[in-house]
Order: sequence, then structure tokens, then C-alpha cells
Amino acid sequence: MPEFVFSGDEAIARGAMDAGLSGAFAYPGTPSTEIMEYLQDNLGEYKAALAEGDRPQVVAQWCSNEKTAYESALGVSFVGRRAMVSMKHVGLNVAADPFTNSALVGIKGGLVVVVADDPGMHSSQDEQDSRVLADFARVPCFEPSDQQEAYDMTRAAFDYSEEHGVPVMLRVTTRLAHARASVATNAQRSPNALEKCGDPSAWILMPAMARKRWAALLGKSTRFRADAEDASSLELRDAGLGVITCGLGLRYYLENEGDWAAAHSGARPSHLHIGRYPMGNEKIRLLAAHVERILVIEEGYPYIERAMAGVFPAPLPVLGRLSGALPEAGELSADSVRAALGLSPKASAAKAGIPIPQRPPQFCQGCPHADSITALKEALSDEAEFYVASDIGCYTLSALPPYSAVESCVDMGASVGMARGASCVGQKRAVGVIGDSTFYHSGMTNLLDAVAHKTRLTVLILDNSTTGMTGAQPTIAPGSRMAELVAGLGVEREHIRALEAHRKNHEANVAAIREELGYDGVSVIILRRECLEHLKKMRQA
Amino acid sequence: MNYNIILAGVGGQGSLSVSVVIARAAMASGFLVKQSEVHGMAQRGGEVLAHLRISDGEIQSPTVPEGDADLILAFEPLEALRYLAWLSADRGTVVAATAPIRNIPNYPDLDTVLGEIEKLPRRRLVDADAIAKAAGSARSANVVLVGAAADLLPIPPEAIEREIAALFARKGEDVVRANLKAFSDGRAHAAR
Repeated sequence: MPEFVFSGDEAIARGAMDAGLSGAFAYPGTPSTEIMEYLQDNLGEYKAALAEGDRPQVVAQWCSNEKTAYESALGVSFVGRRAMVSMKHVGLNVAADPFTNSALVGIKGGLVVVVADDPGMHSSQDEQDSRVLADFARVPCFEPSDQQEAYDMTRAAFDYSEEHGVPVMLRVTTRLAHARASVATNAQRSPNALEKCGDPSAWILMPAMARKRWAALLGKSTRFRADAEDASSLELRDAGLGVITCGLGLRYYLENEGDWAAAHSGARPSHLHIGRYPMGNEKIRLLAAHVERILVIEEGYPYIERAMAGVFPAPLPVLGRLSGALPEAGELSADSVRAALGLSPKASAAKAGIPIPQRPPQFCQGCPHADSITALKEALSDEAEFYVASDIGCYTLSALPPYSAVESCVDMGASVGMARGASCVGQKRAVGVIGDSTFYHSGMTNLLDAVAHKTRLTVLILDNSTTGMTGAQPTIAPGSRMAELVAGLGVEREHIRALEAHRKNHEANVAAIREELGYDGVSVIILRRECLEHLKKMRQA
Repeated sequence: MNYNIILAGVGGQGSLSVSVVIARAAMASGFLVKQSEVHGMAQRGGEVLAHLRISDGEIQSPTVPEGDADLILAFEPLEALRYLAWLSADRGTVVAATAPIRNIPNYPDLDTVLGEIEKLPRRRLVDADAIAKAAGSARSANVVLVGAAADLLPIPPEAIEREIAALFARKGEDVVRANLKAFSDGRAHAAR
């Protein structure tokens, strides 16, 4: 069992390879990006260890978006091979259609859906809890509490997926995905042979077949619960306090357990740890019968805490994020858990005697986006009314001073759609600002809507040839094809302007943006210059 | 033995690379480690924070609890002050570079910032930039700072040297030599 230092993301990637992965697909998104990066960096070595015939059929690919990534993974499963699709939590919203429906099909090759949640919103626009979506789709969900479990559970998830013919979600959170610890690994297993699912009706979700598949899925839930119950661990100890943990909550609890025991004559709380969902109820009942109150420590939503309602007879106080014993918003920490356990904080050094100003992220020196946004601001400076919708990417930083240039940022591709909608109902000078990667991800279809309805709209595509914010991953298409792509969607060629985003072209770029703002139709201005991080990465490689 | 480090800096200073160097050196010396950092949006010129925990037993929380850091290694002085809540009142030391990165409009008066660090019972202010420049490698200020804190760490300095050499091996012998010198100059500075 060789030992490596892995981040949670790397442990999952290694775990998938060692479990005999054939196809991995993803769209970059913090904190999940490093899963695909590790797979790509180590694919050569992985292939070299496989039988010669298997080598050409192993792939690890970035895709246009999470939905396309998911569907490729489904195809891999259909032909009997193991597939993994990885994404950040909001990426699962994009892939929600294939995800939810794939619960009903007859998964053949193991399908593991890795979703990295971002409680605390380090690099996200919300902190949704993917366990809720696993429950919604009736898909089993495995939740590791450290890097070793992330590695081990990845293989277990593939096995469970194949055994029960369902996709399995592996849910991690930022502090697990991006923290490193040593991990012991197992021997590599061979990929599955290519073999189509024998029962095609298991994959055709027309109503008559889908009803049968749905009934079959519901029929499996008893087994899912029983298996999750078996995998959970209960220790009945102190008769006062019972603690329920899952994921990283376990680590924050154990960080403080010794101090709690020291304050309670050596007794330790009774403890139930849950690592799989849908969870069973039996051990919760046993715990409830043994203690006077229960504290639920879970990263994310109060999911277990809510699901416990009605499981045992009230009134037994249940404390957690819903009750207010732990903050409902943000990340858990060893400190918030310590307070919820009733322990006083450790003595910190004296606070600084001066206020410490925040240091928000900002554009890199010389960033092309800064030049594009500066040009846009000047072009709009003599307009009385305008609306600038932004999208998800580094350029969203232009919402902050000194730029304060954009007015909305909601989800991938929303800039084009929101500007279009606003324009339809009378907003003058509606502008969508979107990066190239985001445009390929979800902006193109909105542009098609604008063309179809001849909406007056100006779209700025900031083409820096990379997915910059997540660390410069390649985009799905080269910038050289962007103008053709936009023309293919139906935008008139004379209103597709390709410009170089550079301060030396400032006056010309401002003039071009002004001209297009004056056009009563759809115009697209492509502002192109390579991301500096991307250049640096290319040079290093 | 438990030793907790907060590494604080500004995007682009190489704080995360240093965190990896110390973590690997600790592992090579027989310790368990957990290291936590946040990537993504935060990297773009903003605050960069890494937690590093070293122990001879199992480590639970991936992040250092408040009041439990033995060392704040700050690559920029204002960033040292930002994380004082993590510094242990009884045993914590701050080792901070003195050169400010003024990429915000409301950066406080530098003497006030340094004065706040001077108030701490255990602290070392290091002009890491000047030492690195004098050593002929301006970009090695982060390694100078590790040198200046090396005697506080539960790891033999030779183990750190090996990891510095491994980290920079790709960039050629000159870069390796410059960084090893930066490390030893940092150590010498702390020993004065």
C-alpha cells in the first residue's frame, strides 16, 4: 500500500484510476477542477499500466459544460465501462436533467458523479448542498470525511453503482477537496470490457418504460437505506449528549472531543457517524433512546437534522444548523463546533489595534479583461441609460471598484439571456459581457434566442483563449473559430467585430463598441487577447 | 507533538509553494501532515491563506483552530495581522516579511502595521526582500522567510533543504542554488 500526499480531489482521481476507470468528463469549477487536472496529468502513466488493447479507450476530457460531460459519461456506462463525471455544486444544476433521469436507467459500467460543494462560497455564487439533489434524484450518495476515505469511497462507489445499476454521487466540500493528507493506495484494477447493456428497454425512458424503471428505483431504496445504515457507525457512551456527524463534521468534532471529555470527567459523547445516504433511521433511534439531546454537525444544509423529524418521539432536543446551535450559513470550523459543544475558545493572541482592510481579488497586472472593461465603460459614458449584465469568470471582478462596470452576475450564460430579456421589454443599451469559455458553456443558446427574435443587444465576448478563473484550462474551441461560430448562429457578419483587447487600441475599441451600441439588432464584439496566466502556464509546459 | 502553521500572503507571492515544501519536509521527517488552502478566485491578487498542521499522531481538522497556531508565517506584514485570532496566546510566534504589498487604496500606515506586530510577545520581522536581493535572487523572499522561521519548526533544516532543491529542480541548478542560499541567509538572519 504505497502512500501519497493527495488533496481530496487528487485522491478521488487516483481512486477512480485504481478502480478501473475508462472515461472521465468534466467542466472546470472550483473546488472540483483538480480532479480532471490530476487525471490528465497522470493519464499516460495509467494507460501504460493497462493491457495494450485497453489503452486507446481511456479518456479524461474537458467538455463544453457539465451536462455534455454527464451525457458522455452515461454513454460510457451504457457500453459497460466505468465513467466518472466531476463538477462543482452549481454545475450539477446544469447537469440536473441527465443526472435526475440517469437514476432510472440500467447503469451498466459504474457511474460516479463527483460533486464538490463550496460552503462558505469561497469561489461560488451559492452554497447549495448536493445531498439534497441526490435525495431528489433518489441516487445513493457517499460522503467521505478525509482524503483516505475519498480515495476508498471512490472505488466503493463504482462497485455500488455496478452492483445496483444506479449512478452514485460522491459529495465532497471545499476543505476536503483542497486539503492534503497522506493516502494509502491499492493495486490498479483493469477497466471493464466493452459490452452494451443487454436490456435496451432499461435505457429508453418513454413513459411506459420509465414508469417501470421508476418503480424499480423506488424498490431499491429499502436496500440503499439498509446499506447506508450498515456503513454508519454508532457508539453509545455518554447518556447526556449524542453527536451525529457526517463528512468533515467528523473531523471538527474529533478535534474537540478530547477537550469535551476533559470537561466531563473523561466521558465522551455518544456518537453516530453517517457516511452514506439515503440514511437509515434505526441507529438514530438507538441514539435518541440513549441520550438527552442530540447535536448534528454537518457541512452544508441542515439535511440530516431535518430528516430526523419524526424518526423518534419528541421531545428530544435536536441541535444543529437549523436550531441555531451552529450557524446556518457558511462553512463549519473546529471553532464553531467547539462553541456548539459548549467549550470555551482557546486563548488567541491579542487582536490588532487597527482595522485590517480587506484585500479583495483583482485583475492581474496587464489583464486583457481590464482593457476591455475600460473600453466598454468609456463607450457607455455618454449613454443616459444602459444595462450591463456580466457572467461567471474573472471579468466579474469588474463589478468591484475602481471599475463598478457590471450590474448582474447570476449563473453561467445569464449575461446574454438577461440583457436580451431586459432589452425585449424596453431597456436601452442592453449589454452582455461573457468570457469565451462561458459562451461555449451556456452563452450560445441565448445568442440564438436573440437572433431568432431580432432582439436589440450588444454582446461582448472577452476571448482570452482559456478558462481563466479556475487556473487556465483549455477551452473547448479555439478563438480562431469564434467569429465563424457567432456567424453560424445567425449574427450578421457586419455586426461581428473582432478586436484586440489592448490599451494601445483603446480609442479604436471604444469607437467600435459605440457603433455597435447604436445598432438596432444583435451585435457581437469579440475582444481577444490571451490570458496572462494561460501564457505563463504554456511557457512552463 | 502538534505544530500548527498559518501561512499568509498575497496572490503571487509563492506562499502555497512554501507550504508544500514544509509539508513534504515534515513527512520526510516522519510526521503526519494536513494542509489546507483555498484556490480559485482568491488567487487573483487577493489574500492567500494556507493552513499546515504537523503531528506525530492523527490530525483531525484540516484547518488550524483559532488560538492554536504555533506560527504565523506572513509573507506580507498586513497579512500577519489579519490572522492573529489563530495565533496561540501562550506559544504562538509571528515571523513576518516587512515589505508591504500596497495593492489596495486603504493600506494602513506601514509603521503602524509593523508596530502592531512588534507588540506581540514572540515575533520576528524580516526584510526578506532585501536579504533575497542581496543573495542575488529577488524572487526567493518566500524561501528567506522559511529560513528565518526554520529553528522554530519541528523539522531538521536539512529536510527542508532537500524539498527546496526538489521544488526548484525543474528550473535548473542556478535557481536551486539561489534558493538554498536564500534559505541559509534567512536562517543566519534569525540566528543573529
